[in-house]
Amino acid sequence: MGAYEHLMQARANGRPTALSFIKQIFDDFIELSGDRAYGDDRAVVGGIAWLRDIPVTVIGLEKGGDTEEKIARNFGSAHPEGYRKALRLMKQAEKFHRPVFCIVDTAGAYCGIGAEERGQGMAIADNLMAMMALKTPIISLFIGEGGSGGALALAVANQVWMLENAVYSVISPEGAASIIWKDISKTREAAESLKITADDLLALGVIERIISEKEDFSQVYAEIESILYETFSALCRKDTSQLVQERYARFRKIGG
Amino acid sequence: MVLNKELFLRPKNQLEGSNDQSSKQQEQLFTCSGCGKEFPLIEIKKNDYICPFCEFYWKMPARVRLLNIAEDDTFRELDAEMEAQDLLAFPGYKEKLSVARKKSKERESVITGIAEVDGISCALFAMESEFMMGSMGSITGEKITRLFEYATQHHLPVVGFCLSGGARMQEGILSLMQMAKVSGAVQRHSQAGLLYIAVLQNPTTGGVTASFAMEGDIILAEKGALIGFAGPRVIEQTMRQKLPENFQRAEFVRQKGFIDIVVDRRHLKEILNKLLHMHQKGGADGSI
Ligand SMILES: [Zn+2]
Repeated sequence: MGAYEHLMQARANGRPTALSFIKQIFDDFIELSGDRAYGDDRAVVGGIAWLRDIPVTVIGLEKGGDTEEKIARNFGSAHPEGYRKALRLMKQAEKFHRPVFCIVDTAGAYCGIGAEERGQGMAIADNLMAMMALKTPIISLFIGEGGSGGALALAVANQVWMLENAVYSVISPEGAASIIWKDISKTREAAESLKITADDLLALGVIERIISEKEDFSQVYAEIESILYETFSALCRKDTSQLVQERYARFRKIGG
Repeated sequence: MVLNKELFLRPKNQLEGSNDQSSKQQEQLFTCSGCGKEFPLIEIKKNDYICPFCEFYWKMPARVRLLNIAEDDTFRELDAEMEAQDLLAFPGYKEKLSVARKKSKERESVITGIAEVDGISCALFAMESEFMMGSMGSITGEKITRLFEYATQHHLPVVGFCLSGGARMQEGILSLMQMAKVSGAVQRHSQAGLLYIAVLQNPTTGGVTASFAMEGDIILAEKGALIGFAGPRVIEQTMRQKLPENFQRAEFVRQKGFIDIVVDRRHLKEILNKLLHMHQKGGADGSI
């Protein structure tokens, strides 16, 4: 299967979105709203839930199910207030010594007038810096599309995992095709060249784990639940300064 | 990744940022994209690369920028030998790099180093527009990360001249990761109580805006600079509407609360000197 086929799978209608994962992996998810400054961005869902006996702060980029919900959630493209809500919940997790689980599924941060006026760049930058210093374990899971800075803003983690068909890219292959080749029909070639698949990213040392997909997604949820519990249990035993050090080292080694 | 239409038009030969320019090149006329008038380069250079007629800010070569800000002969470049690599064997990238190197006479899109600025030792970086519009590749990120680490270790403030179209597509995800890597280094520098002043030039967009350009303790921007996450064309396409007047210009971004001061390039050094001196001691820490 080529990069382009993975891309189509990652974007496929009917593919489970962040809330499905949250509901299937965790118990008693309580959703919390708002960035405490401007509003509540429904492209980002966040809250607290149980992972067996561990309370976890869960944050996801949510694309929505039916058309109406997709529109309400802006197709999973967050505004600055979405990233600020995520950051608020991460700081809250740090205060209460809860691990953080982020679910990434977005074509990218929203490119609009309001998003720019309210500091989309600043919001993402704040998350990158704060996540680098967060004194609690962070794991990010890519379940579909991982579009550029808007995905990275929830992925400065101790470990990054990807579903078999998820993709993670600096720019959409369509965008790269039109900018580099000036030809949108070169999207397939761009998808290959950009190295966006889980296999590519594992080989490049950008992710730690690939989770294979099954026809029956309940098996996928069960596997994630099990390895997540195992990994958080191990990470929670580490000293928080070591966690922060390891997170920096994880990114420090990439490129150069 | 934003292609700015306001880049001033120039002949193909490279003229700026080196000492080996012939007088013939100095005499050659360049067209200002602000007013369309033609000037010999020497006229523009004498005027801090500002159009004497319409005040349009021409792009300043990174090396000129650093040498202007540093006291005489104090600039010492770090990691000068590091250069971009075609890590993903991306189609056409090797050729793009060789064109960029020729045009800019630099090995990467950023120059880093240390210098004395008004008697204060500083770590400095400046991004080069002629090198793929200052796009951020792995080595760009590595050099800036090393600079912040060096500054943290030696207790130096950092002044960074940002200019970038964003993350470099030809290095794929590895470029994106530089945003996190540099942010980590900035964070550690900040944690150590050290000052970072970001100076945003035209244009500062994409992954650089969404990382170290916005991470300064103090953020300055040159007059008229385009500053944003998404480029204006992308936004216009998404919104299917006209953008507000002055949208994403330094003055607009300051009004929205994301920049401290919009500066006239001719006063930049003076402002930087003052800010650096004001951070030499705390006062409230018993140092008075
Ligand atoms: Zn002019």
